Amino acid sequence: MKTLIKIGVLLTVAFLYACTPESGDMNAEKVEAIRIETEELPELSIYNLPAKWTNQDGEEIELIDLRGDVVVMVMIYTTCRAACPRLVADMRNIHKNVPEENNKNVKYVLVSIDPEVDTPEMLKAFSIENQMNDTDQWTFLRGTESDTREFAAVLAVSYKQISPIDFSHSNIISVFDQEGVLAHQKEGLGVDSKETIAAIIELSNN
Amino acid sequence: MFSRLIFFIAFSLTQLLVFGQPENMALIGSGTYVPLYGDDSIRVEVQSFHMDIYPVTNAEFEVFLKESPEWNKDRVIALYADKNYLGQFNEKGDLLPDANPNAPATNVSWFAAKKYCEFQGKRLPSLDEWEFAAMADETTPDARTKSTYNEFILSWYETPRTFSKDIGSTFKNYWGIYDMHGLVWEWTLDFNSVLISGESRKDMDKDNNLFCGAAAIGASDLMNYAAFMRYAFRGSMKARYSVRNLGFRCAQSLPDN
Repeated sequence: MKTLIKIGVLLTVAFLYACTPESGDMNAEKVEAIRIETEELPELSIYNLPAKWTNQDGEEIELIDLRGDVVVMVMIYTTCRAACPRLVADMRNIHKNVPEENNKNVKYVLVSIDPEVDTPEMLKAFSIENQMNDTDQWTFLRGTESDTREFAAVLAVSYKQISPIDFSHSNIISVFDQEGVLAHQKEGLGVDSKETIAAIIELSNN
Repeated sequence: MFSRLIFFIAFSLTQLLVFGQPENMALIGSGTYVPLYGDDSIRVEVQSFHMDIYPVTNAEFEVFLKESPEWNKDRVIALYADKNYLGQFNEKGDLLPDANPNAPATNVSWFAAKKYCEFQGKRLPSLDEWEFAAMADETTPDARTKSTYNEFILSWYETPRTFSKDIGSTFKNYWGIYDMHGLVWEWTLDFNSVLISGESRKDMDKDNNLFCGAAAIGASDLMNYAAFMRYAFRGSMKARYSVRNLGFRCAQSLPDN
């Protein structure tokens, strides 16, 4: 709730700044944003998690900043050479198969399970290498070890460091609705993404 | 073995002199062990750390609830706890009259246990730390090959309602801590590091498609059936679950030198 109030305040400030004569259209949008954001979060929303994350551009964000879009999420680490490339390919494939019209309301988020190694620079390089830098739909996040563990617990993603450079982790792609509530999960690699895509399209039509 | 013991005692004394001993915690010495999930080539190193001598009790958790009312069951959000949360407490965080204040606090979700420890300036032990400390019987740090050790644990698994017993009612182990086996199972910080999915049969087939890296559970010591049960149990848990026979205790890293 505290976070909400803080965000409400931030948005109000943003609103005041936006309140210049030439931004008449903006104002309506901002008012709408304020209305949505100050509504109480569902209890099962991941936006209740108070953690702060850093994205591939070195900017600090909170998960709640993603509120309002459908969010497709996966946990990876960039030095992974075994399953992660396939998992990343699955994400790209899902993105490609969601119609552009829907994709406007969708964010694709890759969260690092190896925050020590995955600096914003590493994440940025990874996004470029994997052609996930063409739109602002792709977000890469790293947090503290404890916040990452908590986040994985919410997603029911298991992971364990098995050597200085390798992790085992479960391959789960999760879809969240506009309020951050888990709507769909698919486990496995290179599995049929049809259901995941259908879930994304259905949610983003709303 | 004897020289190792002498070394450990000397080491412990040094630690005590340098750092002091936090109240109600014991020092667990450093060492390595081969955990259940890896093969013999994976020895896990555990650094010395402090661990609570007893599991956290209902009475202690009641104090926490008074100080952090947002963790009462009428206020906790569904993301952090399921409907079984704090079954032995009322809405205001008072322990119900028929519950034992000296029994381990159970029906606590992972989130609540984690928060409790952080509130005390501690943390939950890691899975490796917990398993390392739990290998000990009364006299040896690693008793896993002793039949008495395994029989004790397995007979506990068959005994009902041990969660309502007083803390300290089982044996004091080599490190000076009680009740690692015999009363309740305990949360660990990275309980979700155990790669057993909901459908454990799939894991038996080692369906590597589910996991990145090939270190999904391939039990290194299947004789260690008791530990296998613990891993399977943890693998079936979600962080918001609250379970009648699942409690916790806290740990603390040693200060950096």
